Amino acid sequence: MDFNDTPEQAAYRAEVRAWLGANAEPRKDRPSVSRRLDAEEGLALAKAWQARKADAGYACRHWPVAHGGQGRPMIETIIYDQEEANFDVPTGFFSIGLGMCGPVMAQYATQEQQARFIPPLMRGEEVWCQLFSEPAAGSDVAGLRTRCHRDGDDWVVNGQKVWTSGAHYSDWGILVARHDSSLPKHKGLTFFFIDMKSPGIDIKPIKQINGGSNFNEVFFTNVRVPDSQRLGAIGEGWQVAITTLMNERLAVGDAPPPDFREVMKLAAACELDGRPALEDSLVREKIADWYIESMGMKHTKARTMTALSQGKVPGPENSIGKVVSASKLQNVSSFGADLMDMGGVITDPSLMPSSALFQQSFLYSPGLRIAGGTDEILRNIIAERVLGLPGEIRVDRDVPYSDIPTGN
Amino acid sequence: MNFDFSDAQKALKQQTRDFLRAACDTTVPRRVLEDTDEPFARDLWSQICANESPGIAIPEEYGGIGFGYLELCVVAEEMGRAIAPVPFSSSVYLAAEAILQGGSDEQKERLLPRLASGESIGTFALSEGPGQATVANLQATLRDGRLSGAKMPVPDGDVADICVVVARDGDGASLAVVDLASEGVSREPVDTLDPSRSHARITFDGAEAELLGEAGQGWAVKDAVFDRAAVLFSMEQLGGADACLQMAIGYAKGRYAFGRPIGSFQAIKHKLADMYIKNELARANCYYGAWALSTDAPELPVAAAAARVAATQAFHFASKENIQTHGGIGFTWESDCHLYYRRSKLLALSIGSERVWKDRLISGLERQEAA
Repeated sequence: MDFNDTPEQAAYRAEVRAWLGANAEPRKDRPSVSRRLDAEEGLALAKAWQARKADAGYACRHWPVAHGGQGRPMIETIIYDQEEANFDVPTGFFSIGLGMCGPVMAQYATQEQQARFIPPLMRGEEVWCQLFSEPAAGSDVAGLRTRCHRDGDDWVVNGQKVWTSGAHYSDWGILVARHDSSLPKHKGLTFFFIDMKSPGIDIKPIKQINGGSNFNEVFFTNVRVPDSQRLGAIGEGWQVAITTLMNERLAVGDAPPPDFREVMKLAAACELDGRPALEDSLVREKIADWYIESMGMKHTKARTMTALSQGKVPGPENSIGKVVSASKLQNVSSFGADLMDMGGVITDPSLMPSSALFQQSFLYSPGLRIAGGTDEILRNIIAERVLGLPGEIRVDRDVPYSDIPTGN
Repeated sequence: MNFDFSDAQKALKQQTRDFLRAACDTTVPRRVLEDTDEPFARDLWSQICANESPGIAIPEEYGGIGFGYLELCVVAEEMGRAIAPVPFSSSVYLAAEAILQGGSDEQKERLLPRLASGESIGTFALSEGPGQATVANLQATLRDGRLSGAKMPVPDGDVADICVVVARDGDGASLAVVDLASEGVSREPVDTLDPSRSHARITFDGAEAELLGEAGQGWAVKDAVFDRAAVLFSMEQLGGADACLQMAIGYAKGRYAFGRPIGSFQAIKHKLADMYIKNELARANCYYGAWALSTDAPELPVAAAAARVAATQAFHFASKENIQTHGGIGFTWESDCHLYYRRSKLLALSIGSERVWKDRLISGLERQEAA
């Protein structure tokens, strides 16, 4: 047991560090570049950065050479990501494309399509989004209503998607729609990739409880999609979607700060009963709880990395990450505001510790417990896939989709 | 990056698990729990000693087999899984560690071989009753090589041969080794939450005591010993927590209510998923603690405290929710659920409560911050 890189990994890490040092600014104690810029400026900068990474051979290093990668072990991608996290570079715009759309195209698209679409996706030249969730199909994605029907060489799509990150600046999207409502819900779905600039697509931002708009509603009115852009067989849409969602669970990362470090710093600076809050035993106990969660996840990742660097498949322990980190973020933010007592309600960054990070996260964190699989769905997955508990008894599995009660 | 046990360590773990599955199924801790005349499973202890397990991490020059602490950690996890009713933790994690940390070469040469072979059982006495022991409130006193005062609960205090005692010495505290067969020592068993592990009240009345380490400097040695022991206790707690999870999964799959396995209900699924989450967080923290222990890393105090807190929480949660998953049968004496529930509280308090360890954790982080 040791935490050192192998000589080969250490050499690669040094190379990466040197390249980053020459090409990017170290992270400073201020909002990251992605938070400082508006979406348009951020995207332009992110595209430039992704292309630079790709030219240097650091983007998607574990992807096959044919897809623009280097065909190197996954561990090198992880080492690069670890090192890049120390630098203030624009991130986030390509995570859906690289994490979900790229892999699904690599598995299901034709050779010609892969050659056309994957390299620009990898280089950040074309941005991709994912169109699965609907107003009536969140956790129950297979219950989606967006319809598609065949018309000559095309399909015609009508309906609505929701919670689509980056739809307004995306060039391409992956879409699941229902081609036959008389079949059971999982059997009547078909999967496509679509041009987001197609006529009939209407995109509206969603305003979130924190005031931001990271997601969109996407409306489809008689949108034509060539049959050549179908991924998988007609009726195989659910299997393709499941492959993609598995990739999503790996792609959705950890919660951003604040974490135990930020609370500790805050507690050292705040007073409770006339002494530093950090001397209060209740405060210490809370921070200790978050510390073990945070370190537990960090060391769990180290276990995953070990498996990867030995060429093994990581164990199921990775599945706990988002469940733990999303709730921790919510609890840490709430507690941070509490430490500021009556003043904790103020959200003006210029007046507040950590530029009101705790207050912002308080409003942002509920979304993290829902995005990419709710706390409840993730617990079902752990129980069924990891612990082997029996599946839910389903009332909607074997009946025609059109006969399933819908409620509101 | 190699955050995993070696193949040899994994083999040792499997071997220990197989051995304990055969030699220590739950009828063994139950037998000790129910039989007031059997303070520990002597037959099992002889086999453990024949396997040389107590000497795993004790250096060869002191009669051990000198494998190392990662090996001891994998054995500890299996001891915890089996809720083995033997004085392993008292003798190995506490007494032997105290002698290794505080003793002179002569003391190590004299005392450790008998602990390594299991010929003699050691223990460690700090607590004097309800309430956290501190240097300021210690009543047991060491003066001119004589020890007076009472300690309770002392784990395995009724069966141990030697005891390392923390006693007041002038303005500070000292560690001293006492031969429990010597004059001026009287002891009687005390009832505890987990009778499968015996505990005693030991009264010292001017008993002869041999100083371990420097006079008045014992508290710091105690802290160092507890940091090391915390990793080993947390490995036991991890094993116990995993045993509870497996027991709850087995029951939830086989027990039917409302025409279906109760494990198909989300209320049970989520409870068990939470158990798994806590156990995995604990496992990651424990492995890091094991690494810090095995390498004497400067991170040990924080790593040990984190392992201890995480494993205490995991075993507590798993043992109580295992009862809950079982429903009524889980509250009966005949069910094994209470064996784990009892053990989880015993281990949670053995070297100081969760609150104390959380405080040590934050103090460690403050020191790191200041450095």
